[in-house]
Amino acid sequence: MHSGVESPKGVWWKPAEASERLWVIVAFVWCMVLFAMMPLWHLKGGQNPSGIRSKVDPADFEARTMQFVQDYQVGEENGFPVVAPPPGSHVYLIARMWQWYPVLRLEKDAEYTLHISSLDLNHGFSLFPINVNFQIVPGYDYGLTVTPTDVGDFRIICNEFCGVGHHLMLGKVEVVEPGAGGGNE
Amino acid sequence: MTTFRTCPTTGLKVQDHADNLMRAHAVVGVVALLVGGITAILVLLTRWQAVHLLNAEWFYRILTIHGMNMLIFFILFFEMAILYFASGPLLNSRIATPRVGWVAFVLMVAGMLLVEWTMFTGQADVLFTSYVPLRAAPNYYLGVILFAVGAILVTVQFFATLVVAKREKTYEGSVPLVTYGAATAAIIAAITLLHGAAIYIPTYLWSLDLMPMDAEIYRLVWWGLGHSSQQINVAAMVSVWYLLGALTVGSVVLNEKISRSAFVLYVLFISMASAHHLLVDPGFGPAWKVWNTSYAMYLAVLASMIHGFTVPAGLEIGQRVRGLTKGLFEWLRRAPWGDPGFSAMFFSLVVFGFLGGITGVTFGTEQINIIAHNTLRIPGHFHATVVSGTAMAFMGLTFYVIPLVFRKQIAFYPLIKWQPYLFAGGMVIFSVGMTFAGTFGVPRRHWDITFSNAPFNLEFSPAVDLLISIMAIGGIIAAIAGGIFILSTVWSVFFGRPLEKGSTGFHGVPPGIHKQPVPITPEAAAAFEAAPTGMLGKAPGTLVLVFVFLLAFVTYYFVNWKLLSFLWQIG
Repeated sequence: MHSGVESPKGVWWKPAEASERLWVIVAFVWCMVLFAMMPLWHLKGGQNPSGIRSKVDPADFEARTMQFVQDYQVGEENGFPVVAPPPGSHVYLIARMWQWYPVLRLEKDAEYTLHISSLDLNHGFSLFPINVNFQIVPGYDYGLTVTPTDVGDFRIICNEFCGVGHHLMLGKVEVVEPGAGGGNE
Repeated sequence: MTTFRTCPTTGLKVQDHADNLMRAHAVVGVVALLVGGITAILVLLTRWQAVHLLNAEWFYRILTIHGMNMLIFFILFFEMAILYFASGPLLNSRIATPRVGWVAFVLMVAGMLLVEWTMFTGQADVLFTSYVPLRAAPNYYLGVILFAVGAILVTVQFFATLVVAKREKTYEGSVPLVTYGAATAAIIAAITLLHGAAIYIPTYLWSLDLMPMDAEIYRLVWWGLGHSSQQINVAAMVSVWYLLGALTVGSVVLNEKISRSAFVLYVLFISMASAHHLLVDPGFGPAWKVWNTSYAMYLAVLASMIHGFTVPAGLEIGQRVRGLTKGLFEWLRRAPWGDPGFSAMFFSLVVFGFLGGITGVTFGTEQINIIAHNTLRIPGHFHATVVSGTAMAFMGLTFYVIPLVFRKQIAFYPLIKWQPYLFAGGMVIFSVGMTFAGTFGVPRRHWDITFSNAPFNLEFSPAVDLLISIMAIGGIIAAIAGGIFILSTVWSVFFGRPLEKGSTGFHGVPPGIHKQPVPITPEAAAAFEAAPTGMLGKAPGTLVLVFVFLLAFVTYYFVNWKLLSFLWQIG
């Protein structure tokens, strides 16, 4: 027997003792379970960070968002347009220092493709209070398919440092009952 | 002309250059720890909204300084000292080229000073990660490059010293396990530092407007440095566990094949962990994320789970063979809990595994990352790994380095006996408070979670206030313990009593030095091997402990899948 600071002499490639071998096998099996869970969740689970991913020029993304706001704006709150897109549509959200633009009004149980991109730095999309988080990177369009399952008043926190006004960057999402979005007005 | 001394405690031959290089790196490491510690308190007292000490500008500046000093300067200077120890004294060898060692040291210090200067003068308010297009002054990136070049030279020196030791036949047989582990840390360090060069050199040019940078590619390559550097810590920390086990209770290596293979798994798979930070990024697809975040099917996690067994089992068998054979846990109950080297090592092992390891694997799962990314759960996790794990193991090692390398007694020894308890306790409270606050979606790196001047209102659950207060109390306890550590270390090194004079109540040395573990006689070893074992094998206590760990792991993991399943449908 020797310790970890002594040089082992001769051949040390020997079979492991029974309890050690048992643990290695158990740990290996657990690692395979850990691995299998991720592909399984892609098949069976409802929450995956896949999305439609593409590169985008920030100016183009801004233009798309302005068009989107023009098409579906239903009101205004604290200087932000409130936009109610119809179920099934593409929704655009700008992250920039230090705003989430615009305010979104979505319908419960309707599916949307939510495109988010940044016009300047990295930002962090964090939906309060359900704690859903995505990284928003300038030059990349993250198009996530989302289906809200609860009615309510949600906030978007920025959780990636984006300069000294980072804590001011708070956006809003409302989820209303099906048919109450007013998106077809 | 180089001279050697023979260490009266370990019998190892220590070259004067090795002594001086280890001392220099350790001293600068402790200075960085002091800067990191003071800034930790300032960050903590700002995040604790009841105090909210700093303004926004200084909060992010101080947070940048905290991250760089703790995660880069303190840890890497300390690891460089460990590389010198594991290649020189531990193999009875000279250091290959001490002159290059000093050049490397000067480069690292110069780089560090340049970075500190840009950070303190407000030219680099970019946080530890400095994600482009966030911009710091060019000198900030230049400082990091100088530091990394110095560190690369030290790792090259480490391998050169291994070659020298082998050629000059300073040891018989294979290198000891601790040196082997340190070698894997050095290989990972080389990989990491090359990633560092691959990202900081282009970023330096970008900061001078000489080339463009893509924000997503920056994140990919930067985390090749940022996460892999934490894996240097893991390999170094595990080596320190084996080392302190040997010094404090004479623990044995169960099976060289298993322990060394586990270290090899770290080298092979660990740099894939860059993906842990990119799981909810728009730049990468699901197949890439799943494969990389799992380190090719969790083989690096397997390595840690193996060490999580072999380290305590080595302690257990080391104790059992010396007669502590009663029941499942006499070996643990009668371990030297008053030896700060032992208690720090054991707490490091337990907290790293139970808090750091379990949360790390869970949050690093592709889909579960949706409910963890950039919330307080993440710093909750890595304070359990890097601080309660690596830093605490390094503190335990320091209690042996002061007498063995600096030849001094430890000042304030009665306090130091309690220091690991205070530090571990504080850090556990801190990490748990922080991680649970994160489950409510509280963001990390955020100056004001009351959002008082934001365009909309937002109020976190009152539970968050409570959890943040718990975090603050734990953090203050840990900061006090950190202060005791620094005070004792600095006092011992600069004003300490030489080792040869008898110890007093104020000064002392850990029992592993003046009352070393009795050597295992071949007869005792043979008797232990021959003794009949129950169904739980030669290390039954450890087997019970690792299954408790597995149960905790499985529970936490599946609870998180359950939490995830309640959310909106996202795809």
